[in-house]
Amino acid sequence: LTTLVFLEHHNGELSKGSLGVLAKAASLGDDVAGLIAGSGVRDLAAEAGKFGAAKVYVADDPQLQAPLPQPRVDVLAQVVRDKGIDTVLFGNSVLAADVAAGLAARLDAGINWDLTDLVEEDGRLVGKRPALQDSVYVDVGWTTEPRIALFRSGSFDPSESGGSAEVEDVDVALEQHSTTARMIDQAHEESEGPSIEDADVIVAGGRGLGGPENFTLVEELAKALGGAVGATRAVVDAGWYPYSTQVGQTGKTVSPKLYIACGISGAIQHKVGMQSSGVIVAINKDPNAPIFEFSDLGVVGDVHEVVPKLTELVKQRKG
Amino acid sequence: MKIAVCVKQVPEGNRRIDPGSKRLDRSGEGALNPFDAHAVEEALRLKEATGEGEIVLVSMGPAKAQDALRKALAMGADRAVLVSDDAAAGADLVATSHALAKALEREGADLVVFGQQAGDSDGAVLPAAVADRLRLPVVSQAAEVTHADGKLTVKRQTEFGYDVIEAPLPAVVAVSDAINEPRYPSLKGIMGAKSKPQETLSLADIGVDGLESHTEVYALNDPPARGDSRKIDGDGNAAQAIVDFLAEKRVV
Repeated sequence: LTTLVFLEHHNGELSKGSLGVLAKAASLGDDVAGLIAGSGVRDLAAEAGKFGAAKVYVADDPQLQAPLPQPRVDVLAQVVRDKGIDTVLFGNSVLAADVAAGLAARLDAGINWDLTDLVEEDGRLVGKRPALQDSVYVDVGWTTEPRIALFRSGSFDPSESGGSAEVEDVDVALEQHSTTARMIDQAHEESEGPSIEDADVIVAGGRGLGGPENFTLVEELAKALGGAVGATRAVVDAGWYPYSTQVGQTGKTVSPKLYIACGISGAIQHKVGMQSSGVIVAINKDPNAPIFEFSDLGVVGDVHEVVPKLTELVKQRKG
Repeated sequence: MKIAVCVKQVPEGNRRIDPGSKRLDRSGEGALNPFDAHAVEEALRLKEATGEGEIVLVSMGPAKAQDALRKALAMGADRAVLVSDDAAAGADLVATSHALAKALEREGADLVVFGQQAGDSDGAVLPAAVADRLRLPVVSQAAEVTHADGKLTVKRQTEFGYDVIEAPLPAVVAVSDAINEPRYPSLKGIMGAKSKPQETLSLADIGVDGLESHTEVYALNDPPARGDSRKIDGDGNAAQAIVDFLAEKRVV
């Protein structure tokens, strides 16, 4: 195997997700290379070495400043071709999914996504892919090289090996179409209050709450339990609750000891952000809501009735 | 402005993978991929904002996918093009992106709109693959799309919050399911859809010799067993039952 891991970074740090994939790649045996693309990112290469990369290709160029996918496709395509890479791995993110998909088209390469593991079986690489709302686990593979794999967020933990990487700069030559989209205003993460990623208890609200004013129900329960408040993408986009609390694919990935989902249907985008929570309790009036399929306790009922009572009982118990 | 909306028919109700072919069973009733309804809605709003233009649906799938396309026509799209070919059955992402790009090239739209993901495969990968084949800029996870002076301004969501990205037309955009509330087709729309043009094309019609997938499915396995899952009614005792449960699990 000559494996290349796309190393994503934000605010001068390599992402935990891509370092996790790096650890996975290193565990498969052969030397693993990483690729860092950005502007002023050369120092990150040493960090990648500590987390298992034997070699790091660095594409450092002002044109790669904004986290847009298409220039990164150009860089990766060139490295994969020039270096004879046979396997390219990505930890899922909005950016990584677009880069991986663009690269697959560019190289006419097979891509498998939403993988939770990658193993060598009978001399071939096999991806493990939960499908159809995780009701079936599919073993998938590639018929040609290069292979492209996109892993579900949080599938692997980073592993610090303390090694060092050989660094190789790569030239950046971009295609015309890759430079036409422009970042006008890049997201700045709001950093008010403690991050919900560190909370032991999260009480989260979704559209089933009926309106932004009903988030007080969720807040009061969270307060009683000493936990944080989470929200679904639907209510964040609707402006009911701040983005910093969003749990799911384009939000935070959390794994508290207790997750209470109030009025949340449990769409796959939400599920991937919270499914590794210790205990999951769901309250939803729709008995067919997907959330019940991955809850430890499901309550088919009205959040407006159940949640205030629950808050009272928790207070009494703690009081 | 000419807008192409890429839509997909997905199996309705409980989905299963056929153990023989190891492909998704598409034999039953089909529905419009729910994520794509948001793409159709956004295209309709962009067209309504300018008061002119054409919306063409572009899809690949079995012949009966025309039924799902009719639902999108009933919402207000103008016509539909379906690539349907036995040789395209089971096409993977890279093969599908090739065929769709060829069908889209034939249309030469100013804007190509996708839904956020497919409701059956949960893939959010097709838009960027198609954009690469078309050599067009792509913006995914759009939460707001505005169009002026041949440019698209897209507010989109990532793990870090909202970006604003500008791209010249022609461009490809994938909209999130939070961008709008898709309209229900009116009775007039439903009746009118029956007389809107629905074209079915073979791979040869769009200049594709054959489609080669580069991935395969080896085996289907049961999901790992998860702990006991209890479901109770939300009656007067529900709150107490939750507290008891949390106490039992030692999380309160």
